[in-house]
Amino acid sequence: MTDATVQAPHQAQIDRDGFVTRFRHWLTDDPVAAIALAVLCMIVGCAIFAPWISPYDPTLQNYDAMLEGPSAAHLLGTDDLGRDVFSRLIHGASASVYASCLAVGVASLLGIPVGLIAGYAGGWVDEAISRVIDTFLSFPAIVLAIAVTGVLGIGLTNAMISVGIVFAPQLARLARARTLVLKQELYVDAAHCFGASPAWILARHILPNAIQPVLVQMTLLMAVALLAEASLSFLGLGMQPPDPSWGSMIARAYLYAQIAPAQMYAPGIAILVTALAFNTVGESLREALDPTSAKP
Amino acid sequence: MTGAAIRPILDVRDLSIGFRGRRGQPALNIVHDLNFRIAPGERVGLVGESGCGKSVTGLALMRLLPGAAQIGGQILLDGKDMATVSQGEIRRMRGKKIAMIFQEPMSALDPVFTVGEQIAEALRLHENLSKADERDRVIAALADVGIPAPKRRYDEYPHQLSGGMRQRVMIAMALINRPDLIIADEPTTALDVTIQAQIMDLLTRLSEDTGTALLFITHDLGVVAETCQRMITMYAGEIVEDAPVDDALLSPRHPYTSGLLRSLPHFNMEKGRFAHIPGRVPSPGAMPTGCRFAPRCAHAADACTAPQELRDIAADRRVRCVRADDFVLDGAVAGETA
Repeated sequence: MTDATVQAPHQAQIDRDGFVTRFRHWLTDDPVAAIALAVLCMIVGCAIFAPWISPYDPTLQNYDAMLEGPSAAHLLGTDDLGRDVFSRLIHGASASVYASCLAVGVASLLGIPVGLIAGYAGGWVDEAISRVIDTFLSFPAIVLAIAVTGVLGIGLTNAMISVGIVFAPQLARLARARTLVLKQELYVDAAHCFGASPAWILARHILPNAIQPVLVQMTLLMAVALLAEASLSFLGLGMQPPDPSWGSMIARAYLYAQIAPAQMYAPGIAILVTALAFNTVGESLREALDPTSAKP
Repeated sequence: MTGAAIRPILDVRDLSIGFRGRRGQPALNIVHDLNFRIAPGERVGLVGESGCGKSVTGLALMRLLPGAAQIGGQILLDGKDMATVSQGEIRRMRGKKIAMIFQEPMSALDPVFTVGEQIAEALRLHENLSKADERDRVIAALADVGIPAPKRRYDEYPHQLSGGMRQRVMIAMALINRPDLIIADEPTTALDVTIQAQIMDLLTRLSEDTGTALLFITHDLGVVAETCQRMITMYAGEIVEDAPVDDALLSPRHPYTSGLLRSLPHFNMEKGRFAHIPGRVPSPGAMPTGCRFAPRCAHAADACTAPQELRDIAADRRVRCVRADDFVLDGAVAGETA
């Protein structure tokens, strides 16, 4: 046959590899991303196993040991009510993971379908949806989240749903932009030719092709959601006392900044490291998934 | 006209296609007064130069034109009017009754699915089979279109296949539901010459084996000569000639068909300028009132200023030229297109 497959063997090999192999390739090619991913796994582990690995009950108060520095008994010291900071940090991880996932989950469920529909339908539907998206995007996110929390009521779940609502337009805009390109693809016309309905085409052909940049944006939003959780909890709109979250820990420590400034380090560094890890993974994913930034 | 005795699979009546103009501007009429029939199993070539409306006609038959298009007349596919049936009905007909093969096999396959899955999807839209049966049918279809090692190819992605292989996959996909009519819009233009011949042979053989009618939309008269039984020539949105392929090629009756044939490069021609048709296709907004070809026609006379009718000049031939009986036109040199 003259038209047998012609391809560089290396490329063909990569293509035939399964998901696991490609995943391993990605991490060995980018050790920083591997470390970041390990950090995230550790944090998720802390969140899940918090009751077993934390040395103290995170809400147990001890008035004999308030605002203490690090010691053998309390690895990271105690807060103003004598609660073990290390335990609170571990338990706070679950609030952070829950908060990030909830916000990004809400944003995806709202934003991706809306973006797909706007891009695919076009015309006045697209006009209407795009104007709403623009309106949302022109608003400062945290202010909008505060306003939405005001309507939904105070609490971590409500706060993160509102953050998710605020994030949704970003994903919607991205999904819409990809859909606009993809719906011009010949394989979409071809699918029409074989009798596929618009819903089928959106779900089977456009979504899988549009998902890569959206996926990257989602990991980056995880970091922003984490910071939003910290901000809202700091402002008292998120996690409510006595349950710990990193944001509320900083808020609490802030009150005693003049007598025990070290209190802010633990939750602050936890937020910093986690947000960095999310960003690193997202950035690396973007490069790994982008076919135009081919690696040598 | 052909297919008078047998019920035609496709019967296009007075089809006109226009596009709504921008605010304040009139609609542009791209295709005008199109009438033709295709009999079951017949292979018809629709030829004409770029912009004559042949591709738009193909899309109209599938009802794939954008919303701004205005379609008049009837497109009867197996008795049902494609121009007016409901969206649900048209989805049931696409793939099952009528399928399409595109010019660019490179981009007509979805890059994120294996070729087997994509063909299975076309099948799944119309039939409810078990996974195992589905896979068997797809592998059989891949084998039918001459893809070696179909079991292995099933699990490969489009980018792992060459252009010719991808076009074979598209053909397998178009044929999987055994449609009555396949529209092939320049199916080989993007392929190498050697692959072109293979694909055309394949389409011809499959059409003969399955009784599927084929409508080739092409500007390649060689393809038409080799594979089609009938040739419809379009010029500026109108059919100017409709004749059995040998007659059309060897003794064309419309000056435009003759001009197209004489424009083919000859191997035995002494070096020099190509024969060509002077002038250019009129734009849709500025059509001549009479014969649309008259401004470029060497035989134009006073009678040509009146609008021309597509008239029967033999049992199986139609031509849109009032002076068709007045002159004898050059056709292709026998054997040169083969």
